[in-house]
Amino acid sequence: MNAPLLEVRDLTKHFPVRAGVSMRQVGIVHAVDGVSLRLERGETLGLVGESGCGKSTVGKTLLRLHEPTSGSIFFEGRDIRSLGRSEMRALRRDVQIVFQDPLESLNTRHSVGRILEEPFAIHRLGTAAERRRWVAELLERVGLPAEAAQRYPHEFSGGQRQRIGIARAIALRPKLLVCDEAVSALDVSIQSQVLNLLLDLQQEMNLALIFIAHDLSVVKHMSDRVAVMYLGQIVEHASAETIYANPKHPYTRALLSAIPVPNPVDRERRRASRVVLSGDVPSPIDPPSGCRFHPRCAYARAECATRAPTLDDVAKSVQGAGTPAQNGAVACHFWREI
Amino acid sequence: MGNEVLLTVDGLAAEFTGDDGTVRVVDGVSFAVRAGETLGIVGESGCGKSVTALSIMGLLPKPAGRVAAGSVVLEGRDLTALSAEAMHEIRGRRISMIFQEPMTALNPVQRIGRQLVETLRLRGDVGDRRSARERAVELLAEVGIPAPDRRFDEYPHQLSGGMRQRVLIAIALACSPDVLIADEPTTALDVTIQAQILDLIERLQAQRGMAVIFITHDLGVIAEIADEVVVMYAGKVVERAPVTELFARPLHPYTRALLESMPQLQSRAKSRLPVIQGMVPSANALPAGCRFANRCRFATPECDVEPALAEVASMHWAACHHWRRLDTDVPEGRAE
Repeated sequence: MNAPLLEVRDLTKHFPVRAGVSMRQVGIVHAVDGVSLRLERGETLGLVGESGCGKSTVGKTLLRLHEPTSGSIFFEGRDIRSLGRSEMRALRRDVQIVFQDPLESLNTRHSVGRILEEPFAIHRLGTAAERRRWVAELLERVGLPAEAAQRYPHEFSGGQRQRIGIARAIALRPKLLVCDEAVSALDVSIQSQVLNLLLDLQQEMNLALIFIAHDLSVVKHMSDRVAVMYLGQIVEHASAETIYANPKHPYTRALLSAIPVPNPVDRERRRASRVVLSGDVPSPIDPPSGCRFHPRCAYARAECATRAPTLDDVAKSVQGAGTPAQNGAVACHFWREI
Repeated sequence: MGNEVLLTVDGLAAEFTGDDGTVRVVDGVSFAVRAGETLGIVGESGCGKSVTALSIMGLLPKPAGRVAAGSVVLEGRDLTALSAEAMHEIRGRRISMIFQEPMTALNPVQRIGRQLVETLRLRGDVGDRRSARERAVELLAEVGIPAPDRRFDEYPHQLSGGMRQRVLIAIALACSPDVLIADEPTTALDVTIQAQILDLIERLQAQRGMAVIFITHDLGVIAEIADEVVVMYAGKVVERAPVTELFARPLHPYTRALLESMPQLQSRAKSRLPVIQGMVPSANALPAGCRFANRCRFATPECDVEPALAEVASMHWAACHHWRRLDTDVPEGRAE
C-alpha cells in the first residue's frame, strides 16, 4: 500500500457565531481554511502558530471531534468521512489524542486502573485478567509504578497525569497520535521527561505524531517536518531543519526571531535584528483580504491586500535543487525577494 | 552594576498554615535590586518565587500566610514591620506589581479608563476629572495602546491579552513606582506579543530608572531581560549571579540541569534531552540536607548536610558542596 498514513486535502472548518436570544448566526469563525497535509508512518509533523491560528482545530478534526466543513481526510487511503459506525470505531483505535490538561480528559472519579482499562473494554478486548496485565504493562511503559492503578488522577503531579494520558492513548497501539499542547503546562524539567517518553514510544511503535504546540523550540525538537499556521492557513511548510535555518515566510521569520534565546551574550545584537510584529492577530471572524498576514507584514505591497498567495513548492523555482520536502512550500508572493 | 540599591531582601522566610500544619515555602531568600536594573527570579512551579514577590508586597493571603523571618528594606524602612495602612501607601506609590493573567487583575465590569483614573486618584496625584482623564490617556499611549482615547472607554474583555497586559502595566506605572515586580507577565501571551511586552518593560525601565524584579519559569526570557539572576528551588535560593556569568558558568547542579533540559533551536531534532529525574520534594516533606540531592547527579553523602549559599566567584553565589566539580566538568551536549 503506497498511500500515506494520513492525507488531508483542502480542509476547512468554520464555526458559526451566534448572538441574541434567537441565537441568530451573525458571522463565521474561519478556524481552518484550506489546509493540506501528508504524514507517513513513524513520522512527526509539527504544527505551530499563535493562539487562534487553527492548529488545535486541525488536530481535533482529524479525529472527527469536529466535523469538517469541507475538504477530505484520508487515513490509509480511505476518506474518514465516508466511514460507517464500525469502521469509525476501528479508526478510533488507530488515531488517538493527548491534550494539554489530562485532568480535563480523564474521568477524575475513576481510578487510574479503570481509566486505562476502558479502551480495552470499549473495544471488547481481552479477559479481566488480561486487561489487568495490560494496564500494568502500560503503567510500566510510561514510567509509573504499578500501584498507580489503585489511585485517582488528582493524586498525581502534572507530569505524572500526562503520563497517564499518554498511557491511555497508546493502549490500543495507535498508528497516529495527535499531541495537542501535550507538554505546554509542564515545568521544563518534567517537560523533557515527557518529550523523551514520546520519542521512545514513537520509535518502538513506529508511531506517527502530529505535534501541536505554540513553543517553537519544543516543536523543532520533536518534528521531522513543520507547518506554520496563521489565521487558519498554512503559511510555510518544510523540514524542521530548513524552516528554522532558512525561514522564508515573513511570519515564520517574525515568529522565530521573537523566541527568547537562553543565551544572554549577544542579546543586544539579537534585539536590534528582531522582527517585532506590531499589533495583534486579526479576528478569524473577519480575516483580512488577500494574504491574511498583510496588515502586519513589513514587506506587504498593494497586491498582497487583493490577491491571496497559494502555498507553492519552493522547489518549483529552484530547479533540480532537492525534493519539495527538503525545500518546503511557502505562501507569499514575494518570498524570493525577502 | 553599581547603581543605588533600592530594595534589599534579607533572610526572607514565608510560611503557610493549613489543615496539615505549617509549611515554610520560602526559606532564607536574600537579594538586592538596584535602580535601573532588572533582577530575574527563575524557578519551576512551587519553588517559592511568587510567594517571595507577595511577601515583598505584603500581599500574602491572610490569615494562612505570613512572613516568618527576615526583612524587606526600602529606603531604610523594613516593610515587613509596617502597619497595613503604611504598607498600602507603599504599594502603588513605591512598589507596583503586575501579574500573569491580566483578566483576573482587572475589574471586568469597569471601563479600563475608570480603573486607571481610580488608581491615580487613590494616590492623590491628579486634580479634577479632566486632568485625570488626560493623565490616564497619556499613560495608555505610553504603554503603546493604539487609539488610547477610544480604548479609555472600553471594557477589559474588548481587549486582547497583550493589550490587557499593557493596561495593567499602565496601572502599575500610574504613580511612578521605584520598584516594579512582574510575576510571569508574559507567560499567558503568544511569543510575538511576549516580545512586544518585554521591549515595553525595558523601554519604560530605561526612561524611568525603575528597579524591576522579573519572575519567570523561562530561562530564555531571563536571558533576554535580566541583569542579575536568582535561581530558586524548593523555597531556597540555590544560585545567584550576573546573567552572563550564570549562563556561561552555572555552578549549581540544578541550574545546570535546567539549562540542559531545555529543547533549543540549535539542538539536534528528535534527540533525547538530558532530564532531571524525579520530582521536587513537597514543602511538607523536605529533606534535612540539600533539597536537590535526590535528583542530583553530583550528590554524595556530604549532601545530607545542607549547603550554605556561598560566594564562589566574584558576585556569584551557589549553594552546593560540589560547585568546584561543576566548574571543571564539561556540560553534557553543550559545546559553546
